[in-house]
Amino acid sequence: MNARYEFSFERFRAMVVKEFIQMRRDRVTLAIMIGIPLIQMIIFGFAINSDPKHLPAALLQADYGPQARSLVQAIQNSGYLNFVMKVHSEKQGRDVLARNRVQFVVTIPENFSRDFVRGDRPAILVEADATDPAATGNALGSLAGSINSALGHDLTGPLAFLARSESPVDLRIHPLYNPEAITQYNIVPGLMGVVLTMTMVMITGLAITRERERGTMENLLSMPTRPFEVLLGKIVPYILVGYVQIGLILVVSRLLFRVPMVGSLSLLLAVAIIFIVANLAMGITFSTVAQNQLQAVQMAFFFFLPSLLLSGFMFPFRGMPRWAQAIGELLPLTHFLRIVRGILLKGNGFEDVAVDLWPIVLFAALAVALGVKRYRRTLD
Amino acid sequence: MNDDCAIDVRGMTKRFGGLTAVDRIDLQVRAGQICGFLGPNGSGKTTFIRMLCGLLRPDSGSGTCLGLDVVTQSAAIKRQVGYMTQRFSFYDDLSIAENLDFVARMYCMQNRRAAVDESIERLGLTGRRNQLAGELSGGWKQRLALAACMIHKPRLLLLDEPTAGVDPRARREFWEEIHRLAAEGLTFLIATHYMDEAERCHRLAFILSGILLVHGSPAEVIGRSGLTTWAVAGPDLAGLAGQLQGRPGIEQVVAFGTTLHVSGADAGALEQAIASFRAAPYEWHRTASGLEDVFIQLMETPNGGTPCS
Ligand SMILES: Nc1ncnc2c1ncn2[C@@H]1O[C@H](COP(=O)(O)OP(=O)(O)OP(=O)(O)O)[C@@H](O)[C@H]1O
Ligand SMILES: [Mg+2]
Repeated sequence: MNARYEFSFERFRAMVVKEFIQMRRDRVTLAIMIGIPLIQMIIFGFAINSDPKHLPAALLQADYGPQARSLVQAIQNSGYLNFVMKVHSEKQGRDVLARNRVQFVVTIPENFSRDFVRGDRPAILVEADATDPAATGNALGSLAGSINSALGHDLTGPLAFLARSESPVDLRIHPLYNPEAITQYNIVPGLMGVVLTMTMVMITGLAITRERERGTMENLLSMPTRPFEVLLGKIVPYILVGYVQIGLILVVSRLLFRVPMVGSLSLLLAVAIIFIVANLAMGITFSTVAQNQLQAVQMAFFFFLPSLLLSGFMFPFRGMPRWAQAIGELLPLTHFLRIVRGILLKGNGFEDVAVDLWPIVLFAALAVALGVKRYRRTLD
Repeated sequence: MNDDCAIDVRGMTKRFGGLTAVDRIDLQVRAGQICGFLGPNGSGKTTFIRMLCGLLRPDSGSGTCLGLDVVTQSAAIKRQVGYMTQRFSFYDDLSIAENLDFVARMYCMQNRRAAVDESIERLGLTGRRNQLAGELSGGWKQRLALAACMIHKPRLLLLDEPTAGVDPRARREFWEEIHRLAAEGLTFLIATHYMDEAERCHRLAFILSGILLVHGSPAEVIGRSGLTTWAVAGPDLAGLAGQLQGRPGIEQVVAFGTTLHVSGADAGALEQAIASFRAAPYEWHRTASGLEDVFIQLMETPNGGTPCS
């Protein structure tokens, strides 16, 4: 009799029914399964803007003549640059650029209006933070056009002689930090943060759920342990893993992509621990919430996705709409990316990275506190 | 409250949703005693033990373990209690020595290394100390778990089916060890399904559907059951069993190799029921009721049977 080995529709149906029941009972998995495609569609549909506008700029204005004023107006009206501050010296301009307060510094030299009227083609200096070439490219490209067309209106009457083919001003663009606009310089250091986020959250995300799933939690809880001991005990070993990853990425960045390393590596390594701990703590917190390992992995992914898309890794941060930037600001990866790029490409020091360090510290502290609070001391 | 009670709890209750897994159990176990914890599957033994060592919060009830409050001082209780889980719950991916070392560290033992070595030696696993726990056979896992929960020299041991799957010789050694330790003043609460083990306990507690039905020494438990048992030998015992089953006065008919044990709570009714079969080729004689007969009888107790202390 080989009937026993034949495919049984009844057995098959029993399996299908069982799987459906299990899926329905696993609310979190279901929510995530629906949530991920939704979020992906929203992010890809609305959040990504490869033509970022209204990029913050600083103005160093040494001339207030009518032509200077209409020039500033023209740049502002182009929609690409948005003057958010005035600076009063070249050094101050470099500082706000380095600290990521602005993307551009526009310098209008003394006697601009006078030279303009004389037809001397005065220079306008535009310094750009070109760490992320995608963020600045379009803005810089459109600048000349909008300046020329705006100033063109003024070239009537006695100034008509200036309306010749050559531009009446000398636009000088200085892309800083990544002058050749090499995308790898931006992406490769960013990868460090992305890889750490992915793996660190995942590793600890499994920590508690694995104990529960394998039944070892009962034993652990019957021993005189405190939640903080258990949680920290699961965090610390992986800090080492994080550093191994950082080391690997740095070596590869240097040898393979020849990413410049302008700043202090020891500063980078020192601040990295906070980012690593933040992610490990996030994973632990997921672990205390998730019912099983699968859910923990899904939660880790749920956290990873916005980190990847909204941190400024994949798309220029300033190209995203406000709400997406607001979410991005909450994520440790966003700040860590700025720190890594700042140190490696801009040569930033501690004072420069501090602004992006404290949000990570805050995040780590909150995640640890939540993990400890959520950690169940009993089997109830 | 009794000072030399290692376990002294009252009204312990635990509900899971609509199910009352443990229903108002009172239990006192004096220091140095071995208390056997009996009850059919799902009767609430594991749940009750978990409440004693702070793994589950009782919905109501109060009392002490080793003089410490079971509800508020569970952290202190855990330090002096050894709990062996029913399911192996040490780390499969750690070696024997690493597991024991982990436990010893968890209890902050002073002479950790010595304690681990001694424990491994007593287990007789010195040559295999670096073997992964997950690779051990079922019985050896059980013995490792037992050794691990005793490594910190607890004063009270809560053992949930510690000898399930353990071979007879190891079980005998285990029970000898238990009695030796009890003589030193350690207290044991041992959940078991083995009746021969139940007979080796000082006290027995039998629970059914979360209710404590009987509590006393093995002899008391048997005596209180009022069970009378007859043994019968002869041909075609299976056929005889079929005829006896269900007659008024006969509660159990159990085959034991070449004999059949017939028991009932009412001696008179039982004698009447078997009267027509008391002829050749069958040979009948009275025999002592065993714990197992009592156990089966208790299991048949209709739900809501009056709890007794
Ligand atoms: N975490 C839980 N959630 C819901 N119900 C539970 C839980 N733990 C136990 N139960 C239920 O409580 C009852 C008692 O279970 P318990 O494990 O205490 O029985 P037991 O006497 O140890 O059984 P066994 O002899 O099979 O080990 C059972 O009906 C079980 O289904
Ligand atoms: Mg049990």
